[in-house]
Amino acid sequence: MDTQPFIRIENVTKTFGEEVAVNNLSLDIGKNELFSLLGASGCGKTTLLRMIAGFEKPTSGRIIIDGVDLTNIPPFERPVNTVFQSYALFPHMTVEQNVAFGLKQEKTPKSEIEDRVASMLKMVELEGMRKRKPHQMSGGQRQRVALARALIKLPKVLLLDEPLAALDKKLRERTQFELVNIQELTGITFIMVTHDQEEAMTMSSRIGVMNAGMLQQVGTPSQIYEYPHSRYVADFIGEANIFEGILQKEDESNAYIECRELGQDFSIKRHDFAENNAPVAVMIRPEKMRITLEEEISDELNSVAGTVKDIAYLGDMSIYHVELESGRVLQASQLNFQHTAERKITWGDEVLLYWHPDNAVVLAQ
Amino acid sequence: MRLRTPGFVFSAMAFAYAFLYLPILAVVVYSFNESKLVTVWGGFSTKWYGELFRNEQLLGAAYQSLKVAAISATFAVVLGTLASIAIVRFGRFRGKSMLQGVLAAPLVMPEVLLGLTMLMLFVAMEQLIGWPEKRDLTTISIAHITFSVAYVVVVIQSRLKTIDRSLEEAALDLGARPLKVFMLVTLPLMFPALLSSWLLAFTLSMDDLVIASFTSGPGSTTLPMVVFSSVRLGVNPQINALATILLLLVIICVFVVSRLIRQEKR
Amino acid sequence: MTGLMSKTANKLGRLSVLLIPFLWMTVFFLLPFLILLKISFSQTRTGIPPYTEVFEWAGGLLFKIHGTMENFYFLISDSLYFAAYTNSIKIAAISTLICLLIGYPMALGISRASPKVRNILLLLVILPFWTSFLIRVYAWIGLLKNEGLINHLLMALGIIDQPLVMLHTPFAVYLGISYSYLPFMVLPLYASLEKMDYSLLEAAADLGAKPMQAFLSVTIPQSMPGIIAGSMLVFIPAIGEFVIPDLLGGANTLMIGKVLWNEFFLNRDWPLASAVAVIMLVILVLPLVLWQRHQQVLEERDQ
Repeated sequence: MDTQPFIRIENVTKTFGEEVAVNNLSLDIGKNELFSLLGASGCGKTTLLRMIAGFEKPTSGRIIIDGVDLTNIPPFERPVNTVFQSYALFPHMTVEQNVAFGLKQEKTPKSEIEDRVASMLKMVELEGMRKRKPHQMSGGQRQRVALARALIKLPKVLLLDEPLAALDKKLRERTQFELVNIQELTGITFIMVTHDQEEAMTMSSRIGVMNAGMLQQVGTPSQIYEYPHSRYVADFIGEANIFEGILQKEDESNAYIECRELGQDFSIKRHDFAENNAPVAVMIRPEKMRITLEEEISDELNSVAGTVKDIAYLGDMSIYHVELESGRVLQASQLNFQHTAERKITWGDEVLLYWHPDNAVVLAQ
Repeated sequence: MRLRTPGFVFSAMAFAYAFLYLPILAVVVYSFNESKLVTVWGGFSTKWYGELFRNEQLLGAAYQSLKVAAISATFAVVLGTLASIAIVRFGRFRGKSMLQGVLAAPLVMPEVLLGLTMLMLFVAMEQLIGWPEKRDLTTISIAHITFSVAYVVVVIQSRLKTIDRSLEEAALDLGARPLKVFMLVTLPLMFPALLSSWLLAFTLSMDDLVIASFTSGPGSTTLPMVVFSSVRLGVNPQINALATILLLLVIICVFVVSRLIRQEKR
Repeated sequence: MTGLMSKTANKLGRLSVLLIPFLWMTVFFLLPFLILLKISFSQTRTGIPPYTEVFEWAGGLLFKIHGTMENFYFLISDSLYFAAYTNSIKIAAISTLICLLIGYPMALGISRASPKVRNILLLLVILPFWTSFLIRVYAWIGLLKNEGLINHLLMALGIIDQPLVMLHTPFAVYLGISYSYLPFMVLPLYASLEKMDYSLLEAAADLGAKPMQAFLSVTIPQSMPGIIAGSMLVFIPAIGEFVIPDLLGGANTLMIGKVLWNEFFLNRDWPLASAVAVIMLVILVLPLVLWQRHQQVLEERDQ
């Protein structure tokens, strides 16, 4: 990555009347990234995308792409193109006319337009549909036309607003990989808005999790999943067991935490806390929480006893809801290696939950 | 569940449609009656059509009406498009409800009021600025534009509301300037509404008797004015023939336009 | 620099899009009503224009006012005008009711027809609207005359032996107005019935309502916007109707639109015609405001 980031969003705020949609947000995105803005609806991610496209003007702050301040440049002069959520294909034009639209605005020579449209349609595998109108195509095909139409201008940045939301599940999974392939092939920086965490995890080089107009955390998918900074991110991405306690002491390798919710102490990896007796919040993913019918567990692991309350059978795995004596319910998931006929854990069983101290993540409050 | 429609609704509908169409049908049938009397069927004849086409007063008035209708429909569509864009696309602005109010009022305002006030305006303007010197086709057209804009706005506004804004944003995004976006995207998508509102304004103008009577001057007589003075004297087979021709034109027009609009959708 | 220029151009474009129709309607629609009001306070005279000036410039910002209430006194003192106003309201109200009674089953039937049939039925409602209003009124003359089609038919069938006098009666006026304005009633009714969620009727039936009860307690309230809009679209213009009372009504069928027409074209009394119009407008203000308010509520609900 260059020292100068390719896209720099600098202290951008956008208000609609009283309502603050984006709140003093700063973000750097590098060249060739496939960056996802992930968040629940109304978190400001679409507003941010629309500001990058130029449809909304920031109330304050700047947006700089490739060293040029674009804050006051209208959308039709920005080196940025968009794939809209509704695709926004012009219904009165054929596929070919839709794809050629952007080049025509640049007054590109006719022969060049024809060549580039042809090769673009080839890339999205729609050569045979040049003369079709949008309403004669399936959702997946329309999505690819929208992509071709935006990519043909070779923008510095391609914006995608929930590009897969209108497709059914099977098609969505296939298209995810196609999009990633096209991104790698063209080397264009993609910024995608999505509310689907799975989609963001599979496709992105980095993810920015947004909430209430602010970025909660920016990182690679595994950073976001394995080491969420905050309770919000831990909760929003995947399932999480979160509990709070008070720091007792810390030695060379571990920190020891007293926890009312569990009804006992537990240990985590050394964290270099500033002071003793500080409140600590900790998260453990369900798949890192093991479950067993045995009664004794190695001292190096944390363990807590409970009763199986519920089992959600998902086919490839099962999720066990275990109620502790304190009344707190924890989740542990386990792959179903064998047919369930084997000696399996069932409702009402007394079980032990155990986990390695390294697998607990300390959350910022 | 398909809702069962009670039988009496069917009979009420049959009655209502008969009520709507029997009088028109009678006019059409009697336009081919040899006899001048309604009660007597004198045999099939097209002689009234022949007389109609030799009636120079009526033909002249028809020509005047066509001119007024074409001019006022065109202006009304332009004004109505501008007004619809302002109402649908400009968000909230001061005076919006007033604009909507003055555009809705002519829909229900009795014609005698529209005609009288319009005439008063023309007379007052003549006193003040010397224009219009006389009342003629121009004054009729201005009056017709003013009341048909209201109808045009109803049609165009409802169409404009259904146009997805992201289509215009997509065009901006692909490098088209705002005016070009309007020409290349918004206008073509509005085409069916423009066409039907033009025809509506044209028909309203062709059909108007009251407002034209107030705002016309000597020498500017429109078709409805001639028809009215003739009809006041009683049934006239030539008018039956005229009615039949007009009806035929309307049916052809409706057919062609619905074809066009359907094709546009394809 | 181009940014600044295009921004000014943009602002200018926006402003003209807004101002052109606004100015047009102000000059040619609103202003005339003020002039009407002014002339209603003037006196008739022979000459051009055929009325006296109300405001006389007296130098500087001063105007002498020569207004007179005479026209309004005259309207009150002559019972003919009062009768014409009340009669207009009565005729418009009854015709609106007739339209509603004929139009409601029609709209209901259309909204429940299959989509294909529905479009044809709808087109058949709209089609007369596109044909000449004048000629549709004229059509009834041939039907209603003493020696007209209906009388001829009834006598041929032996139901009557003397022709019924129908033309030039109030009956003919009711008929003419209901006939001409029926599409204006049906279309808004249809629009609101079509939007109705039919599972509401199923829910009513499920909760034990008989069809008639469900109709009264669900369908009618749900279609209220259509009933109001349709009634206003018939009632307001019908009050000032001129052509129908003139062609179908008799000498004793007084309607205010016809009175205004005669004051203006026959008596050439512009100030009195203006006063008649001003009072008509006053009568219409309440339903007009109600209608506008109603339109705005609908508008906001759509957004």
